[in-house]
Amino acid sequence: MIDWGAIFSNAAQELISPTTAAYALAALGLAIHFGYTGLLNFGQAGFMALGAYGYAISTLTFHFPVWAAVLVGVGASVVFALILGIPTLRLRADYLAIVTIAAAEILRLLFTTNTFDSVTGSATGLQGYKGGFAALNPFTFEGTVGFGPWQYNAYDWWIRLVGWIVVILAAVFTWLIMRAPWGRVIKGIREDEDAVRALGKNVYSYKMQSLILGGVFGTLAGMIFVLPRAVVPANYQTSLTFFIYAILLLGGAATILGPIVGSMVFWVLLSFFSGFIARAVAAGWLPFMSQVQAGQLRFILVGVAIMLIVIFRPQGILGNKKELAFVK
Amino acid sequence: MSSDVTPTATPVKTTGLHIGYAEPGCRKVDPILVADGVKRTFGGLTAVDVQHVEVPRGAITALIGPNGAGKTTFFNLLTGFDKPDEGSWEFDGRSLAHIPAYRVARMGLIRTFQLTKSLGLLSVLDNMKLGAKGQTGENLFRAILPFLWRSQDKEIEAKAEDILARFKLDTKKEDYAASLSGGQRKLLEMARALMSDPTLVMLDEPMAGVNPALTQSLLDHILDLKTQGMTVLFVEHDMHMVRHIADWVIVMAEGKVVAEGDPHTVMANPAVIDAYLGSHHDSDLGAEDPEHEHVLKELLDDQQ
Ligand SMILES: Nc1ncnc2c1ncn2[C@@H]1O[C@H](COP(=O)(O)OP(=O)(O)OP(=O)(O)O)[C@@H](O)[C@H]1O
Ligand SMILES: [Mg+2]
Repeated sequence: MIDWGAIFSNAAQELISPTTAAYALAALGLAIHFGYTGLLNFGQAGFMALGAYGYAISTLTFHFPVWAAVLVGVGASVVFALILGIPTLRLRADYLAIVTIAAAEILRLLFTTNTFDSVTGSATGLQGYKGGFAALNPFTFEGTVGFGPWQYNAYDWWIRLVGWIVVILAAVFTWLIMRAPWGRVIKGIREDEDAVRALGKNVYSYKMQSLILGGVFGTLAGMIFVLPRAVVPANYQTSLTFFIYAILLLGGAATILGPIVGSMVFWVLLSFFSGFIARAVAAGWLPFMSQVQAGQLRFILVGVAIMLIVIFRPQGILGNKKELAFVK
Repeated sequence: MSSDVTPTATPVKTTGLHIGYAEPGCRKVDPILVADGVKRTFGGLTAVDVQHVEVPRGAITALIGPNGAGKTTFFNLLTGFDKPDEGSWEFDGRSLAHIPAYRVARMGLIRTFQLTKSLGLLSVLDNMKLGAKGQTGENLFRAILPFLWRSQDKEIEAKAEDILARFKLDTKKEDYAASLSGGQRKLLEMARALMSDPTLVMLDEPMAGVNPALTQSLLDHILDLKTQGMTVLFVEHDMHMVRHIADWVIVMAEGKVVAEGDPHTVMANPAVIDAYLGSHHDSDLGAEDPEHEHVLKELLDDQQ
């Protein structure tokens, strides 16, 4: 018999998992880029890698304190955004897409290559950088504490708390700037940058600000992402960027809460399907399928679920239906 | 000619704008915009090749010419949206060469586009508010502190509503600009241009696609700009309109300025009729083109 309780409990855990928080934050960065400004950044995985490696390398190689390691990651992503943006933001939108996708791959390969093994750990990646962050943990209880399916030890509660606080702060920040005149300029650029230019706004500078801001969100997401796991270069493939785009479109591209809700739906569905399939195979419900094949099936099912949502709610879960009437 | 005082309908024309004989490139008493040797080629095609032209301040100047004459390209060059191969041009005594478009706009030279550029997924009101200059809240760091920009934003909103009311768009202010009709978008673009209190407004075919009932009110708006002390340079194919409101007319053909003068004299100028006829012959090898015939009729009408 299938243990539905365990399936639902595992799925529910994904609601507040640090990975969900990390994807939500990275998707919020993409919302700024794509949803609000119309920038096609296909290198969000690169920004996340800079966060993960910036933090881990600063801690392991240079023994920086937590705050300095965070600053190194953020600084690296600002530089990365400038390098991507300076040559491309004056050109048509597609150039940024090409350059970001390539730059993110270059970063990943640099982190993977053996040449810098002593610093990057090459293909095996890095671990053992969590001490400084764990030392800041105000929770001191032993064992696990919690309610319902959410039972965690002190470190796990600490990373969830910090992860979601960062997500909430980023969401409030984004909400504030998007309702301000700054957001009006940004949305205008998405609609027609020449019109905005003709009104005396420095479009190039605004696009750069948007690229940096969304990139920094991606970088912070990369740091949250590695708190419950190790830094492994294989995690930062282009498919990561596409998952984040899927989350963004699922939730609603030009919304604040869309990326967060999208990330929760995505991870809950993924956990639900993988739990269900694994148990169904074990229970002999799917005799034609091996465990390995079943592991892939969950992505197919999530894909189908996302397709259904996009077909029946193309503006995303929280998107504005009215906008869709005017899509060219 | 225009000072005969029929009530309201006949606008007051500004005269005495030029110095000497009204020929292509003639000097103006008080030019606001001066272009010198501005040339732009696309491959083998010379789209614009203007020796010298001056736009008079405080007047309404029409830029006319057949399709493909280079009017839009000239607009783009003057406003920093395109770069000429050579030449210099200045606005209000300041050189505009190598100045990016947004700075040109900040200097008080605002343009509209032939193909309307309304910001579809912004409300009509947001379209308008975007036009205002020097907004505190447009700085990223000040944006997060609403108390820094709230009161300024209120003032801008009041001004936007005022202008929208004049353009009869006030009932639409909460709608997406994308939901407006083509003509309404033309109105919105023009209204938006006024939000920054420009000194020179350049309108590229403001009347195209606007219905006759609205045309009259648009004309009044343009005349109103002049009363408020702004200078207007506009491109238009409708000769009636040109004759009605323009104080000065510049005629372009094949990239060059071929004639200048007050509307009535210019339209009687053989060079102008040639320009329209010439392009007619070139493009159609004598085939009948009803549109050009129409323009010619208007031109000839005017001679009588
Ligand atoms: N980006 C471009 N690339 C190549 N040729 C161009 C480009 N822009 C304009 N041209 C050419 O330059 C010439 C002038 O075009 P322009 O748009 O300035 O004409 P116009 O006077 O505004 O005409 P219309 O009254 O039809 O709007 C045309 O022959 C056009 O084909
Ligand atoms: Mg044109």
